[in-house]
Amino acid sequence: MMRQAGDWARRAPLLPALVFMIIVTQLPFLVTIVVSFMDWNAYYPDERGFAGVDNFRRVLTDANTRNAIWVTILLTAGVVLISLVLGLMIALLLDRKFRGRGVVRTMMITPFLVVPVAAALLWKHALYNPTYGLFNGVLTWLFGDNAPQPDWISNQPLWSIIFALVWQWTPFMMLILLAGLQSRPLDVIEAAGIDGANQWEIFRYMTLPHLRQYLELSALLGSIYVVQNFDAVFTITSGGLGTANLPYTIYQTFYTAHDYGRASAAGVIVVIGTIVIATLALRSVSTLFKEEGR
Amino acid sequence: MTGQVTMVTGRKRRGGGFALTGLAWIVGILFVLPVLWMLLTSFHTEEDAAKNPPDVAAPLSLDGYRSFFDTGPWPSLANSLTASILSTILVILLAFPAAYALSIKPVKRWTDVLFFFLSTKMLPVVAGLLPIYLFAQSVGFLDNIWLLIILYTSMNLPIAVWMLRSFLSEVPVEILEAASVDGANLTRTLRSVVAPVVTPGIASAALICFIFSWNELLFARVLTGTVAQTAPVFLTGFVTSQGLFLAKVCAASIVVSLPVLIAGFAAQDKLVQGLSLGAVK
Repeated sequence: MMRQAGDWARRAPLLPALVFMIIVTQLPFLVTIVVSFMDWNAYYPDERGFAGVDNFRRVLTDANTRNAIWVTILLTAGVVLISLVLGLMIALLLDRKFRGRGVVRTMMITPFLVVPVAAALLWKHALYNPTYGLFNGVLTWLFGDNAPQPDWISNQPLWSIIFALVWQWTPFMMLILLAGLQSRPLDVIEAAGIDGANQWEIFRYMTLPHLRQYLELSALLGSIYVVQNFDAVFTITSGGLGTANLPYTIYQTFYTAHDYGRASAAGVIVVIGTIVIATLALRSVSTLFKEEGR
Repeated sequence: MTGQVTMVTGRKRRGGGFALTGLAWIVGILFVLPVLWMLLTSFHTEEDAAKNPPDVAAPLSLDGYRSFFDTGPWPSLANSLTASILSTILVILLAFPAAYALSIKPVKRWTDVLFFFLSTKMLPVVAGLLPIYLFAQSVGFLDNIWLLIILYTSMNLPIAVWMLRSFLSEVPVEILEAASVDGANLTRTLRSVVAPVVTPGIASAALICFIFSWNELLFARVLTGTVAQTAPVFLTGFVTSQGLFLAKVCAASIVVSLPVLIAGFAAQDKLVQGLSLGAVK
């Protein structure tokens, strides 16, 4: 009896947060699952009813959805991998002592502290714009009046989004990896240097294995955020030119087309996909590194 | 022979060090350049901002800011401030005791609870959007700033719980034992024993939650209209006018980003710990 009371006393401070999270995040998802089996379009309220797996069949056979799945994969993998590699290189550059290191670090962080919508507007209008954007302005500077003036977004819509996001996410990767680098046991590395290991060997056999968990962590966290990206797709291309990812497609199905059943089915599929990929990615990444370390 | 080799690598390393420092500076400048460009353009007139090749030395002007503030951004800025500050306060009020129950006096299976909180961050926001919209619609809660406050609280609560837990687990045991000997109850222990020790941690968790709430677009875009519209939504609806608008857009982006830049630079040292959910120190 006493022990039970003690358990509840321990649980008491946790409960408000836990109950709040269950109500606000889990309950809506249960409703999503229910609606995903329903025929429900706000434009045709009379036809509401049970639809079985129709929504899932329609979503999975729809060319738009398949394209959206593909775009989501490309966008997430592209942004995460490129920012991870860039972030690692910059973290290595900043891991040395040099004049102005603090200033360079602050400059590096700045892109991450621009509101995502503002960053997307900046890239779309101030940098990519074919007539007055900075990129084509620099081309005119360099090559005169006959300089090529490409329409960046129309020519490479997906890459335009990827680059804008890489600019924002590289600082994030860099910060985590820099923290990882600075937690290396320095005496061991110095000893390796004295024993005749060169820079590459130290990096390959000591730094990289140490960084493994930091690389995994930043890749996982980066993927969680980028896979859900809505702001950049919405602002830069409005999902046009084949750049609609899953969050944007679901937003459109629900907000513009008012097809609630179908939007919910797509939502359920996204959640299942996220769970599968997160589990698989984590597992394959760790085995990859284990094999490398052997 | 060996001496010669060492000498060569030594010289190379010094020269290399110089090059690496230069490279670090170049990379840093490249990354901050778009922001500086945005800042400079925001202080140009629309005519100068639209020049190709760009006119870097054009006379400075406040026209961009003037025409931005003429569009009436204050209500949306005020809404963003309300939603961000109130949700951050709610997050800390809920997360602080929870973190206590997950670190100092842990409940059974506290790791499961911790990972439950994390797993909610992996659930795509868009999957829960429709039920929330339908619920808000049926109880007349659409276009209400409190709806955003509640949603932003749920969005940031896992981050704050993870962060605060990592701060609380560093609180020295002696302090807590002294408090329990004194017979302080939970509220008092939290308020006058634990809180003072982890104030810097609470502050940085609060700043990071503030940033994420301020930045949020999807919920705000779907669930608010003219009344509760936030600054990011205002920004997206901004570029509809015909004619030149680049200076105005840059001015708007600077104004809207300013609170985040300030909060981010203030929390710079704790930024990593917050972003990695307390996993990296």
